[in-house]
Amino acid sequence: MQIYNTTVARLTYRGLLGRRRALLLFGLPGLLLVVAGAVRLLAGRDEATAVGMLGGFALATVVPLVGVIVGTGATGPEIDDGSIVYLLAKPLSRPGIVLTKLAVAAGTTIAFAAVPTYLAGLLLAGNGGRIAVAFGAAAAVASVAYAALFLFLGIVTRHAVVVGLVYALVWEGVVGSFIPGAKALSVQQWALALAQETAAAGTVTSEVGLPLASALLAVLTATATWFAVQRLRSLTLAGEA
Amino acid sequence: MTTLSVDRASRWFGNVVAVNDVTMTIGPGVTGLLGPNGAGKSTLINMMGGFLAPSTGAVTLDGEPVWQNEGVYRHIGVVPEREAMYDFLTGGEFVLANAELHGLPDPGAAAARALATVEMEYAQDRRISTYSKGMRQRVKMASALVHDPSVLLLDEPFNGMDPRQRLQLMEMLRRMGEDGRTVLFSSHILEEVEQLAHHIEVVVAGRHAASGDFRKIRRMMTDRPHHYLVRSSDDRRLASALIADGSTAGVELDPAERALRVRAVDFARFTELLPRVAKENGIRLLTVSPSDESLESVFSYLVSA
Repeated sequence: MQIYNTTVARLTYRGLLGRRRALLLFGLPGLLLVVAGAVRLLAGRDEATAVGMLGGFALATVVPLVGVIVGTGATGPEIDDGSIVYLLAKPLSRPGIVLTKLAVAAGTTIAFAAVPTYLAGLLLAGNGGRIAVAFGAAAAVASVAYAALFLFLGIVTRHAVVVGLVYALVWEGVVGSFIPGAKALSVQQWALALAQETAAAGTVTSEVGLPLASALLAVLTATATWFAVQRLRSLTLAGEA
Repeated sequence: MTTLSVDRASRWFGNVVAVNDVTMTIGPGVTGLLGPNGAGKSTLINMMGGFLAPSTGAVTLDGEPVWQNEGVYRHIGVVPEREAMYDFLTGGEFVLANAELHGLPDPGAAAARALATVEMEYAQDRRISTYSKGMRQRVKMASALVHDPSVLLLDEPFNGMDPRQRLQLMEMLRRMGEDGRTVLFSSHILEEVEQLAHHIEVVVAGRHAASGDFRKIRRMMTDRPHHYLVRSSDDRRLASALIADGSTAGVELDPAERALRVRAVDFARFTELLPRVAKENGIRLLTVSPSDESLESVFSYLVSA
C-alpha cells in the first residue's frame, strides 16, 4: 500500500493555496506577527505578556482557525464540486489518499500557524523562558491534531467550515472557560501541556498533564484519520439526477 | 475485463427509488443508455463506476464487484457529467496528474497520447477555468482514456457540445467500440443514441424498460398508440368516419375542448387517413395536434409494453 502519493499531495497543495481561501491563510499569521511586533514596540520584551498572547491568541485562535481553513480545504471543496471523482476513479489505496492529504494539511497548518507562533514568541520574549520554543512546539502538535480532525469533518459534512468554527471558537473558547471539565477535552489544553513541560517552570500552565495530553492527542488524530478513511471508502457520488 | 453486469440492482435514496430491480449486461461495443431526465441513468452509471453502492443486487465487472474495489479502475475509464475538475490546473497538467495517479510507467507519454486523441494539444497549456464546455468534455475524455481502459463510462457526454464536437466525439466513441472496448454512454436524446449505439438500454422511472438494437427500439416507439386532438368544421361526422377505419382505436368527443380526441394505433396509416377522410366528407380540419409527444409519454408507453 502506498501511503504517500506525490500527485495527490501536489493537487492538494495547489487546491489549498490556489483558491481564494489562501488569502486567509496569509492573513491570520500576518495579523499575529503584526500584533506581536506592535506589542513588542509598545510594551517591550516581557515573558508574561508573551505567554498571554501566545496562549490567548496564537494557540487559542490562530492555530485552530488555520486548522479549520486548511483541514476542511484539503478535501471539502473537491467533494463539494465533485472533482474528487478523479481521485477516486483510480487504483489508489484509500488510506493512502487520506494519509497524503493529512500530511499536506498538517504541514501547511504548521507552516501557517506553528511557525508564525514561534516567530511571534521570539518577537515577544526572545529566548526568555524557552517560551517561543514551547509555544511553537505546542502549536505544531495542535496543528497535526486539528488537521486530522478538520480533514475528517471535511469528508463527513458539507458544513465542515461552520462546524469547525463552532468547535474552534465556541468549544475551545467559551465552553472551556465556563465549564471546568470541558477544558480537559480541548486540543488547546493538550497542546499547552507540552508547552508547560517545555517552557521554564511556572510560566505556562495547562489543565491536563503531559502523559494524558499526549495520549488524547494521539487518540484524536488516529481516530479522526481512521474514520476519514472509512468515510472516503464509502463516499458516494449521487450526481444530479 | 470487458463485461459489466448489473444483477437485480436497486438503489434508493431515503424514500425515493432511483433504480428499481435492474438487470442488464453491457459487453464490448457501444451501448447507449437512454431515458428521460431523472430516470436513474446517472444513478445506474454511478453504480457501474463504483461511486455508489447498490442498495440491493450486485454490479460486477467480469465477475468482480465494482463497489469498494479500487483495482477495477485499471480497466474502467469514467467521464462524469459534472463540470468541476481541478480548474486551477492547465489541461495538460490535469491529464498528466491523472496518468500519474494511475501509476503508469511513463505518465508523460500517456498524457500526450490521450491529449492527441482528443485533439486538445493546442490548449494544453491553458488553465481549465478558461475552457469552453466542449473543451472541458474533451479533456475529461483524455483523463478517462489516459490508461487505455477496456471499459469507458460516459454520463451525458454530448450535453452542451456543438454539432461539430458532437460528431467528433461520436466518431471517437465509435472507433473505441470497434476496437473491442465496452463503451457505455447515457443520453436522453433518442437520435443521439440511435446514431451511435448498436445496442440500446432504455430506463424509465428507475425501471429497465427495453433492451435491444436501435431498430427494435425505434419500432416500439413509432408503433405505440398516438393521441391527437382534432378540431374540425364537423367533429361528429369526422368521428364516425375515423372510427370506421382500423387505424383508430378510439374517438371521443370532448365537449369542454370542443374537439375530438383520437387514439391511433397505426401511426403511418392514420396520418394518411385523416386528411383523406376529411377531404372526402368535405370537412375542414382546423386543428390537428399530437397530445402525447413528450419523451416522457413515449417512454412510459415502453414501460407498459
